[in-house]
Amino acid sequence: MGQQAALPKELLITGGKIYDPATGKSRREDLGVKDGRLVDPASLRPEKAQVLDATGCVVTHGFIDIHAHFREPGREDKETLVTGSQAALAGGFTRVCVMPNTDPPIDSPEGVRATLERAEGLPVRVQVIGAITKGQRGEELAELREMRAAGAVAFSDDGQPIRDGQLLKRALQYTKDLGVPVINHAEDVHLRADGVMNESALSTRLGLPGNPVEAEGAMIYRDLLLAQDTGGRVHIPHISTALGVAQVRAFKGLGLAVTAEATPHHLGLTEELMRGFNTQAKVAPPLRTEENRQAVVAGLLDGTIDCIATDHAPHTVEEKEQDMLRAPFGMIGLESAFGLVHTTLRAAGMDIEGIINLLTAGPAAVMGFDLTPLKPGSPAELVVLRPDEEWTFTREDIYSRSRNSPMLGMTFTGRVVATLTPNGWFIQS
Amino acid sequence: MREPAISLHHLLGLEGVSRQDIQILLDTGFRFREVLERPIKKVPTLTGVNVVNLFFENSTRTRISFELAEKRLSAEVITFSVASSSLSKGEGLKDTVRNIHAMKMDAVVMRHPSPGAAVQLSQFVDAAVINAGDGAHEHPTQGLLDMMSLQEKFGHLEGLKVGIIGDVAHSRVARSNIFGLLTMGAEVTVCGPGHLIPPYIEDLGVGINHDVDELLTWADAVNVLRIQRERQGVGLIPSIREYRSQFGITNERLARHKKSIIILHPGPINRGVEIDSDVADGDQAIILDQVLNGVVIRMSVLYHLLGARVPQETN
Ligand SMILES: [Zn+2]
Repeated sequence: MGQQAALPKELLITGGKIYDPATGKSRREDLGVKDGRLVDPASLRPEKAQVLDATGCVVTHGFIDIHAHFREPGREDKETLVTGSQAALAGGFTRVCVMPNTDPPIDSPEGVRATLERAEGLPVRVQVIGAITKGQRGEELAELREMRAAGAVAFSDDGQPIRDGQLLKRALQYTKDLGVPVINHAEDVHLRADGVMNESALSTRLGLPGNPVEAEGAMIYRDLLLAQDTGGRVHIPHISTALGVAQVRAFKGLGLAVTAEATPHHLGLTEELMRGFNTQAKVAPPLRTEENRQAVVAGLLDGTIDCIATDHAPHTVEEKEQDMLRAPFGMIGLESAFGLVHTTLRAAGMDIEGIINLLTAGPAAVMGFDLTPLKPGSPAELVVLRPDEEWTFTREDIYSRSRNSPMLGMTFTGRVVATLTPNGWFIQS
Repeated sequence: MREPAISLHHLLGLEGVSRQDIQILLDTGFRFREVLERPIKKVPTLTGVNVVNLFFENSTRTRISFELAEKRLSAEVITFSVASSSLSKGEGLKDTVRNIHAMKMDAVVMRHPSPGAAVQLSQFVDAAVINAGDGAHEHPTQGLLDMMSLQEKFGHLEGLKVGIIGDVAHSRVARSNIFGLLTMGAEVTVCGPGHLIPPYIEDLGVGINHDVDELLTWADAVNVLRIQRERQGVGLIPSIREYRSQFGITNERLARHKKSIIILHPGPINRGVEIDSDVADGDQAIILDQVLNGVVIRMSVLYHLLGARVPQETN
């Protein structure tokens, strides 16, 4: 449980280890924050400045999420830009890229501008991913270049794969000079069919329609070939299979400039959560077997996968209370992201700097964002982490308007203590 | 009647149900057969107990079998049949839960198109939940009645070789048979077109054979599943002609095997598709025994899950 408020006018962060992912260097010193910017601590007025004791903590650049669903406009009952931003802040994120599968979809420069305007002044910086096709119908290209000019940072029909390879090829050719990624939800819809969980011995046991690893593998392979063919910028979202990881590794080995992300849930959880017919664990692509989960972790360890992205996908209680076939796909992920990622990757041997890179420098590089260094003059976009803290994820930790998470009740190692942005301040109490 | 107690509060499936519990349910089923042979086919066992039958999918046979079982035990019975098309968005399991609470039901018998629906329901209600079929997951009373019919015929289940033929992938009957029969020490082999045998089914402990004639050579009994030519608009078999010649239980096929193989079918039968009319009506088929045993095994399940809920007389 924590609280969210305006950032104190003057703040001294003391006693922590500073890790700057922009430079890859760590140092031990105090940090000053004044009027939303980093300043020399000596310039703070001791009687005015609030003090944040960061003993035992790592202070670093705020996390960047390049894959979140904030549902505004159209499904404000699930999430809004405001509640989504609050969830992000509580999770240590200071910048979020929202997916365009809203109602209506964000498929025009007007739509991009409208969302950016509504997002002004929110606690975290919200950036917009534009739809690849008009209405996300997968039929004809949307005004990609106009959306880019309006501020779109990537293109995606996420939620819906682009079935038509020719169409995705055109999108890559049309946008390759823009330098922003095209993100195709990597599932072959025919192989996925009506699958609601990973196709496995468990799906057969439970009688649930299975979604095989080949549905992801086939689509990733097609998209990698198209990237190679066109020279376009392909980014593979939420990679969940050993098959997918192996293909990205192989194409990167051939020199292809492709990037990939993994979600906290695919690197930390398995299909075992489906055993009790738990709709909270129903997500697309599905949670896989332990072998696939380990392959995703290995992909993060060896750099095949560039970053973590949450795929935060809020749904109402009522929707998730339905039966397994009708409950929607997706889980929220912002508030639990660091806990699950840190717990899992630390156990796999990754150090805290490596884990932070996957949440900061990694996503920044994928999107072509500049990562501001942690030095006086930079905007205050910080997260304070306590890597050794054990905590249990509960309803109290959720700021999202929805609470569809299979992680409620799970215990993690590593917690967000505070998050700072020029417009927001979250502190764990 | 005094019967040993079982360790279940609900009957959601046969997976994980102990051999002892299954045997008790079967034994009680046989004893209820005697009740059905009396002039007055009714016992007061569940007087004052409220049972609701909730059918979110059409199934006249199963619904009637449950209703009969409930009435033979003198329970108070309400039946709702809700076409699955009217399972509109936002309505469904939660409303069911609220209604069960409001109606103060002691037991819910539920048929539902979604796998796990009975499991989900059991997490929210105090009433005993009996799964009358949930999607392709389980149909435990069907599994029990099939085992009861086999035990009646063979005198034992241990070591029995049972084949299951047809669309195993979409069959709750297949899963309940597999879980129950393996627990009871029988051997199971599934048979059917490759795309209708679900992946990794061997992990459940069954054999696979795509050749019906080989299966018939091996098996003591075969459970013939109903085949649907298409599901949700997707064609599953190229033609009835081909299915019948490749996988159908025909007279000619049976005649090629010297031993007498026992034939089960969960119904409703597609005569002339998965099974010939002559076979279904012949000596080797025990399909009518299954119907009779269906009623008594459901009486047994209700008795064991609800016996303790019978209002106690005080003096
Ligand atoms: Zn997606």
